[in-house]
Amino acid sequence: MAFLTYSGVGITAMAAAVPQRVINNYLYTQYFPAEQVKEVVDKVGIFERRFADEETCSSDLCFAAAERLLAENNVAREEIDLLIFISQTPDYRMPATSVILQHRLGLPNSCVAFDINLGCSAFCYGLTVAYGMMQSGGIRKALVLDGETRSKVYSPKDRRSAFLFGDGGVAALVERDVKFGRSIFSLNSDGSRADLIMIKGGGYRHPSSAETLRERVVDEYGNIRSDEQGYMNGGDVFNFVIREIPRDIKRTLEFAGMTVDDFDHIVFHQANNFINAYIAKKMKLDTSKIPSTIGKYGNTSSASVPLTIVSELKGKLGGEKRLLLSAFGVGMTWATAILPFVDCQISEIVEVAHGKAINQV
Amino acid sequence: MELKEFIAKFAEAIEVENQEALTGDTEFRQLDEWSSLSTMLLIAFFDEEFEKEIGGTDIRKCSTIADLYKLATD
Repeated sequence: MAFLTYSGVGITAMAAAVPQRVINNYLYTQYFPAEQVKEVVDKVGIFERRFADEETCSSDLCFAAAERLLAENNVAREEIDLLIFISQTPDYRMPATSVILQHRLGLPNSCVAFDINLGCSAFCYGLTVAYGMMQSGGIRKALVLDGETRSKVYSPKDRRSAFLFGDGGVAALVERDVKFGRSIFSLNSDGSRADLIMIKGGGYRHPSSAETLRERVVDEYGNIRSDEQGYMNGGDVFNFVIREIPRDIKRTLEFAGMTVDDFDHIVFHQANNFINAYIAKKMKLDTSKIPSTIGKYGNTSSASVPLTIVSELKGKLGGEKRLLLSAFGVGMTWATAILPFVDCQISEIVEVAHGKAINQV
Repeated sequence: MELKEFIAKFAEAIEVENQEALTGDTEFRQLDEWSSLSTMLLIAFFDEEFEKEIGGTDIRKCSTIADLYKLATD
């Protein structure tokens, strides 16, 4: 039972970037009839998403967010001693994208930089790594960058995933300060369910080949994709999530000696509205405490939790606040986090086109 | 729960309009309202009504509403 506890460390500033290009999901009808699309869209509650163009990678979204954060908070770049880049859509298979970002952001060579590849729950995992390293005392400030371009991962001809995913990138500044009370994390994994969400081809088990690139019909509904594209067994993921997520939240609250009423905001991974509404109903949560971006940004994988904080809680994180985060997905992995927020500075969302911020200050 | 009540609740969960036409022998995949999303609705229905964990594989083994009823009440 892995509970991780930290104190005297927290997130002091956050910023986010999304592609400028808006996809209206009702009009995403290139491969499916409009009435079928409407039925899916209404059920999952995802009306708009942001799609990165060919020149924009996850790293560009994170770069734009980080530049905004550093500028608005007058952060001295030489004081950033740690950079973590969280993504499953990196620039290259090697080198690690974090190292490229260290240079692009003008951070010193003494900066520790590495990637974390994990999926939807990864923001919580990334924070535990940053918090743990901060507690060693040798790191002044840390940047946790978390970005995904999931629009590039899924087949538009597979209706089980075509309408869900969008792109986004986030930057969070982590600092040590006695003002931060206890943070508690529960991190979990279940590799027996590794095949529920997967991109089979392009790694070293099934290297890219003519075969992995071949599009084919994959089920009785006529969905089409290649092995280089992601697939998701939505039913089994749903079944897993509605069972394990309430259980993990309860366990973590028990460990902390708290109840759901002790939180100002509860931020869930933005999977789809059907799943999120079901969990909230099942746990009898106060929905006014649950911010949502699923309608306008869709499922942005690991970026969805911090993107929702930046988008929906700007202006609401003054003074002392306590947040509950819950995230779950590919792996399967899932995480619950209890985080104190004290006067967190949140920037306006930056829009990105052709790999560059278009409204950078 | 009787089969009749199960059918009524099933119809509500899957959003079937013409509930009267349903019997235990109805093949649920042939219903106009059945779509790839219905699996999710059905899993939620089993969780809510019966606190039963069923997966896509369990549903694939069923073809009639009576099969689902058996799965729910076994």
